[in-house]
Amino acid sequence: MYKILEKKQLSDGVHQYKIEADLIANKCQPGQFVIIRLDEEGERIPLTIADFDRDAGTITLIVQQVGNTTKRMAEMLQGDSILDVAGPLGNPSDIKFYGTVVCIGGGIGVAPVYPIARALKQAGNYVVSIIGARNADLLIMEQEMTDISDELYVTTDDGSKGVKGIVTVPLHNMIGSKREINYVMAIGPVVMMRGVAEVTRPYNIHTVVSLNPIMVDGTGMCGGCRVKIANENKFACVDGPEFDAHKVDFEGLMIRQRMYQDQERGQQCGGNCKCQNH
Amino acid sequence: MPKSLKHKMPEQTPQDRRNNFNEVALGYDETTARAEADRCLQCANPFCRQGCPVNVNIPAFIKHIKNGDFEEAISEIKTKNSLPAVCGRVCPQENQCEKFCILGKKNEPVAIGRLERFAADYARGNKKKSESSAQDKTMGEQIGKVAVIGSGPAGLTVAGDLALLGYKVTVFEALHAAGGVLMYGIPEFRLPKDIVQHEINELRNLGVDIAVNSIIGRTFTIDELLNEQGYDAVFIGTGAGLPNFLNIPGENYNGVYAANEFLTRSNLMQAYKKNATTPIYKGDKVAVIGAGNVAMDAARTALRLGASNVYIVYRRSEQEMPARAEEIHHAREEGVEFKLLTNPVRILGNEKGWVEGLECVKMELGEADLSGRRKPVEVKNSNFVLEVDSVIIAIGQGPNPLIQYTTPGLEVNKHGNINTDEQGITSKPGVFAGGDIVTGAATVISAMGAGRKAAESIHKYIQDKKKID
Ligand SMILES: Cc1cc2nc3c(=O)[nH]c(=O)nc-3n(C[C@H](O)[C@H](O)[C@H](O)COP(=O)(O)OP(=O)(O)OC[C@H]3O[C@@H](n4cnc5c(N)ncnc54)[C@H](O)[C@@H]3O)c2cc1C
Ligand SMILES: Cc1cc2nc3c(=O)[nH]c(=O)nc-3n(C[C@H](O)[C@H](O)[C@H](O)COP(=O)(O)OP(=O)(O)OC[C@H]3O[C@@H](n4cnc5c(N)ncnc54)[C@H](O)[C@@H]3O)c2cc1C
Ligand code: SF4
Ligand code: SF4
Ligand code: FES
Repeated sequence: MYKILEKKQLSDGVHQYKIEADLIANKCQPGQFVIIRLDEEGERIPLTIADFDRDAGTITLIVQQVGNTTKRMAEMLQGDSILDVAGPLGNPSDIKFYGTVVCIGGGIGVAPVYPIARALKQAGNYVVSIIGARNADLLIMEQEMTDISDELYVTTDDGSKGVKGIVTVPLHNMIGSKREINYVMAIGPVVMMRGVAEVTRPYNIHTVVSLNPIMVDGTGMCGGCRVKIANENKFACVDGPEFDAHKVDFEGLMIRQRMYQDQERGQQCGGNCKCQNH
Repeated sequence: MPKSLKHKMPEQTPQDRRNNFNEVALGYDETTARAEADRCLQCANPFCRQGCPVNVNIPAFIKHIKNGDFEEAISEIKTKNSLPAVCGRVCPQENQCEKFCILGKKNEPVAIGRLERFAADYARGNKKKSESSAQDKTMGEQIGKVAVIGSGPAGLTVAGDLALLGYKVTVFEALHAAGGVLMYGIPEFRLPKDIVQHEINELRNLGVDIAVNSIIGRTFTIDELLNEQGYDAVFIGTGAGLPNFLNIPGENYNGVYAANEFLTRSNLMQAYKKNATTPIYKGDKVAVIGAGNVAMDAARTALRLGASNVYIVYRRSEQEMPARAEEIHHAREEGVEFKLLTNPVRILGNEKGWVEGLECVKMELGEADLSGRRKPVEVKNSNFVLEVDSVIIAIGQGPNPLIQYTTPGLEVNKHGNINTDEQGITSKPGVFAGGDIVTGAATVISAMGAGRKAAESIHKYIQDKKKID
């Protein structure tokens, strides 16, 4: 059992959990994830390790409520325990000195970008971060990102905070002003990651995205997390989750992410609710 | 019952069982078991034993059954095979013990597997003395510490054998449940999960620790186990992982599964149950590609989930189908349709990305290949489309890559399987391996056989090491 030591709400439907998991805290690196199962009947869902404290033996997860399991997790309280937490899974991010790096997080994607951006900063990079959300209320981790970035841009779709528009706007501007960019890391909704890839592609800027296909085991056994990378099937859990954005088949990924949409909807609310999935 | 035939095992009728996940074959009762045991000639030179990878003393245990000494029967089996309830159910007996039974020359062989199952089930129902004596052995001083990676049949065998010798054994399992393929792959209707868990609890009773959610290569590396955590030796039994795909167009449409995922969702995650939280896509017309045990299990699971048509699509002919004869027979009875000498060339999908059909080409048998099997070749212009809304790919698996990625000094072959000698010794000192990770996908009993040999090697290695220290 893995105890929830702290829980707090970051924005509407997004919660942060500090979880006791010393073996994982001891080992994990930025870019890695865990697979959790809430209880005996639960499904296995992957969640990125948003932060970790080796001394305290804790990991931090930031979870957006989208369906059955994430909703049940949102109802859990400090002091409750999660039955299974397995990890760390996936390959760590490639942290080294690149020069100027741009770290982009969209929505909940800011959470997984944070430890990577921090590590890139520690590796001596000049870190420009761009974080975005639909509106100011949904923006998370602004302070944390400010603390570890040399420059920070905020975007909101409705202009309620920062630049009006999506995260690619400041990126475009940087490229337009001829600033040298050596590395781009983008995590967020698939459409956002695809958008970033399209912006950097003409300039050949090395761009990495972290993919989130549906997973079951997370150990390279089931084949469910396959994505086409340069036209070849790769398993995101053991070959990724980070891949060269210019080689990813984003359309295929989006289709596969919707595989259980109808089934999950029925399960979650019987269709008679106001959840965002209809 | 003519003496020339095996005693039939009662089964659920095909009509009933294709609508439920309960076990298909119901097992012998005492009278039938004793009558079947009576068919055995008690050969002085029993050929049957040659066919058993762990050399169970078949005539001896059968004789005990015949005499009604069921406890003796199971004790005898257990000296060689620690998972008889499993093996009695899933061994491909027709290629192993029963293949060599002398009765099989003219008539049907003795139903060795069914008798083994009977003895094991009997013992499970009647807690027996042999086990308590086994437990006493582990009370003594611990003579060394061994880490076992993977809780499939290979790992469980190593753990059991070494615990009985007095070692402190910890089994590390990546998933949340122990048992390997026995839990996530082979369905409930063929191998009830209670039975697997019973066997695992027996190991716990022997003092074996089972650490789930522990991914070796990630949570710990093998070098850490050996150098920092004080394990004297490590056994790798991580099985076959990474499913193979066909590399034909359309494999990533929704509705296309690797059999491993389909079966894991249904078995391990229990998606077959009504209110399960883990979703599974239930096709109405399902094509399963391949004809091994995995394919049969996927096909029969699809039927039980409600499919109205399930096809086995296989590019070779009937004789080459690698599945156990009983599974093929059961699948047919349940209504699975066999499209043999048929090779898939393309999966068709609709504009929303869902499967709509499987384009196939007819094959015919040509010259014999290196394996001695006649090689299937395409019949020109024989393409046709099978209308299906789900495709399940069951054409084998490669080794799980994690350990190999994270263990310097461990030699693997070009497929990524770990190289060992006959005794399970790898290129890395203190590290042993066996089961599917060494041989590629094989059988439960061969994984157990490899586990047994590796346990002997580990025992010897640790004893030698202690002498030198
Ligand atoms: C490597 C990895 C890291 C992740 N990290 C995080 C994280 O840090 N925080 C976080 O909130 N989420 C993260 N996710 C996504 C998270 O796993 C899913 O939101 C979760 O599985 C949904 O479960 P559910 O039962 O609540 O929703 P469900 O009822 O299963 O699904 C609800 C809706 O979400 C969609 N969905 C299901 N699974 C996924 C998925 N894997 N990716 C995208 N959409 C999905 C479904 O199509 C459906 O429309 C990550 C996913 C991966 C693969
Ligand atoms: C659907 C299906 C049906 C089958 N039917 C039959 C049959 O009827 N008869 C028969 O004889 N054989 C059958 N087989 C084959 C048989 O099950 C296997 O040959 C056998 O299970 C191999 O045993 P193993 O111990 O080598 O590995 P597995 O049973 O594969 O177990 C390996 C275990 O190691 C774990 N693991 C992997 N990597 C790590 C890691 N890095 N750290 C920790 N743990 C790890 C896995 O999660 C798994 O639990 C079938 C296989 C399948 C898939
Ligand atoms: S273990 Fe398998 S091969 Fe050996 S006797 Fe039993 S059923 Fe036959
Ligand atoms: S070969 Fe057949 S008849 Fe002879 S001992 Fe073995 S099971 Fe009995
Ligand atoms: S999640 Fe099963 S192979 Fe990646």
